[in-house]
Amino acid sequence: MGLIQTWLPYILAGIAVGGQYALIAIGYTMVYGILRLINFAHGDVFMWSGLIMVYLITVLPLWLSIILVIIFAVVLGTTIEKVAYRPLRSAPRMSIMISAIGVSYLLQNFALYITGGLTKTYPAIGWLQKTVRIGSATTKMVTIITPVLTIVLVVLLVMLIKHTKIGMAMRAVSRDFETSSLMGIDINRVITVTFVIGCALAAIGSILYFSNYTGINPMSGAMPGLKAFVAAVFGGIGSVPGAVVGAFVIGICENLIKGAGWTTFSDAFTFVLLIVILMVKPTGLFGEKDIDKV
Amino acid sequence: MEVRLNKKTKSVLSAVCIALFLIFVYFGDIMISPGSSWKMLITVIEKGSIYALVAASMNLLNGFTGLFSLGQAGFMLIGAYTYAIFTIPADSHDKVYQYFDGGLIKWSIVEILEGKMGVLGHYLGMFIPMIGAGLLVAVIAFLIGIPVLRLKSDYLAIATLGFAEILRAFFQWNTLGPVTNGSNVLRKYTTYNNAVFPVLVSGICIAIIVLLINSTYGRAFRSIRDDEIAAEAMGINLFRHKQTSFIISSFFAGISGALLAMFQTTINATPFNTVMTYEILLIVVIGGIGSITGSIIGAFLFTAASEWWLRGLDAGRWLGISASFMRPGFRKVVFAVLIMLIVLFYSRGIMGDREFSWDGFLTWCRNLPANIKAWPEKHKAKSAARKEARAAKAAAKAKAKQAKADSEARKASGEALFTPLPVADHVVVFDKEGK
Repeated sequence: MGLIQTWLPYILAGIAVGGQYALIAIGYTMVYGILRLINFAHGDVFMWSGLIMVYLITVLPLWLSIILVIIFAVVLGTTIEKVAYRPLRSAPRMSIMISAIGVSYLLQNFALYITGGLTKTYPAIGWLQKTVRIGSATTKMVTIITPVLTIVLVVLLVMLIKHTKIGMAMRAVSRDFETSSLMGIDINRVITVTFVIGCALAAIGSILYFSNYTGINPMSGAMPGLKAFVAAVFGGIGSVPGAVVGAFVIGICENLIKGAGWTTFSDAFTFVLLIVILMVKPTGLFGEKDIDKV
Repeated sequence: MEVRLNKKTKSVLSAVCIALFLIFVYFGDIMISPGSSWKMLITVIEKGSIYALVAASMNLLNGFTGLFSLGQAGFMLIGAYTYAIFTIPADSHDKVYQYFDGGLIKWSIVEILEGKMGVLGHYLGMFIPMIGAGLLVAVIAFLIGIPVLRLKSDYLAIATLGFAEILRAFFQWNTLGPVTNGSNVLRKYTTYNNAVFPVLVSGICIAIIVLLINSTYGRAFRSIRDDEIAAEAMGINLFRHKQTSFIISSFFAGISGALLAMFQTTINATPFNTVMTYEILLIVVIGGIGSITGSIIGAFLFTAASEWWLRGLDAGRWLGISASFMRPGFRKVVFAVLIMLIVLFYSRGIMGDREFSWDGFLTWCRNLPANIKAWPEKHKAKSAARKEARAAKAAAKAKAKQAKADSEARKASGEALFTPLPVADHVVVFDKEGK
């Protein structure tokens, strides 16, 4: 019993962080599944939705700012896709990746300019900050809400992908880009929808994530972004449930390592996990086999 | 009109140019007073040459071997720390390592050798930790490379980026404090006293990289970049060559890290983050992926723009324009936008994959007046072609719209969209056998 008592807070925190990573990871995994592109800017879209929340909440009521933040993230994400990725669709993969890195650099620098490099305080959202007791541990409401909300959203998303026409188009495009375009699928529309979903989820994730951390600066999107990408790889890139499972694993392990007093290496763990999974099972937990043809 | 020089003239020309440049840098650093705005030029040359080295090393990996690696900042970090740790003078240790009881290493290579050999020992004492920094980075790259180099393009990028982050965390780890000073800055270590030092060192290193690229190894690297499977079929050991490229590139990244430490006079692990790697990558892209000349030009342009030309954007006055939105940070935004424009519309960079040669340069110079004269004509032709293309596009669009409207109209009027062919024309009915 004593063991559980000491570790429970860390496990709870891990589940919460895992849920937040999951919401970001879905954006990575869906975009990678379709475009075969690591959207380096995704972490920065996440950071920007946090920043916009900081500014909006000072003038608008909470419910309106949440809606506007989600809309902002969607608009930002689709604009990035339209301006920076679409013109390079037929270019070599390295160019698109460089373009993604350029966008990330631009977004970070712009945030640096707007905030003046200072860490902004994230607004405290009342009902998310309420303390709750679970067994022997006290925690914030956000810890409970995050996994529940994540799972509800993921179930909805999986239903969308499995049972709707656009979901079918997404699956087709991620299987084979060219053939599906020959079959009359409007690829640009599918990609836009993918970015809309990914960015909306990242915006929701940002509200939950920053509620836990209170501080936000231009670099605070980079690390969660990388971790979420690793989560997506761990679960098998292109697979939504895989990304979610991966994110929870990373979130929980990270917090257990913190609990063991190795805080410095909690970030390092993520990348060790990446190397190990790519060495042992390159397709990830739920990934499909990808055969390279000569 | 092509210019062709013989080999001897070219060598002489190169030697003269390099010598003149070194003399300029040497005396420039001595004679220009620190308050003068021209001092900025020397600073740009110093920092630019350091960035040129790291950009060239990244280009060796990304542009010539086709390995999309993003670990450069991490390797620079190791180089910088290794150099700094071994050159802090003995009596400064108590001040620098004030939270760690004067640190673990209580001596400085520079001082030991200087005591024995004088001035020569001083420089030897700077070179040994610098080379040592490179070698240490090479060993670490060897170890990291074993698992990482088996990964495919994007995964390699993320894994190297991850390793760089791990290294950063490692160097800031408090337990290592007696050696790395934890998350505090390292300072008071020996630095060079003239700007010609980094220029000379990185020049030699870049020359070695160029020699390597023109050797058999370089050709093997390029064949791996162009087609891995074909290269393997030609008998190139893929993993061994990738490893060689990775280790050599990291070695030079380590040396440039040591130079950067000297340039900055204080170092801390925090700025060696992903942004730094991104900046180096963007230098490579601006210069042209697969061109060492391009990387050098890119590095100097990058540092000149960010340290000198665009400075005014942060201070509120630039080119005589002053505006309230020009406050600290604005320079970087403008800069990032410029880089995005280059990436999107000029993705070949300044040099593409060409290198500098005297023949090419002189031919370009000779043809420049003619090209300038011909430019308006060319521009006119180009814009006319663009106009034509636009008109054709509009016509096609109108036609498609017309066709759609027609079909809608026909549909509305109840006419069948497809008139089926008479059966006899296309269906062959086979008689059953034995009938």
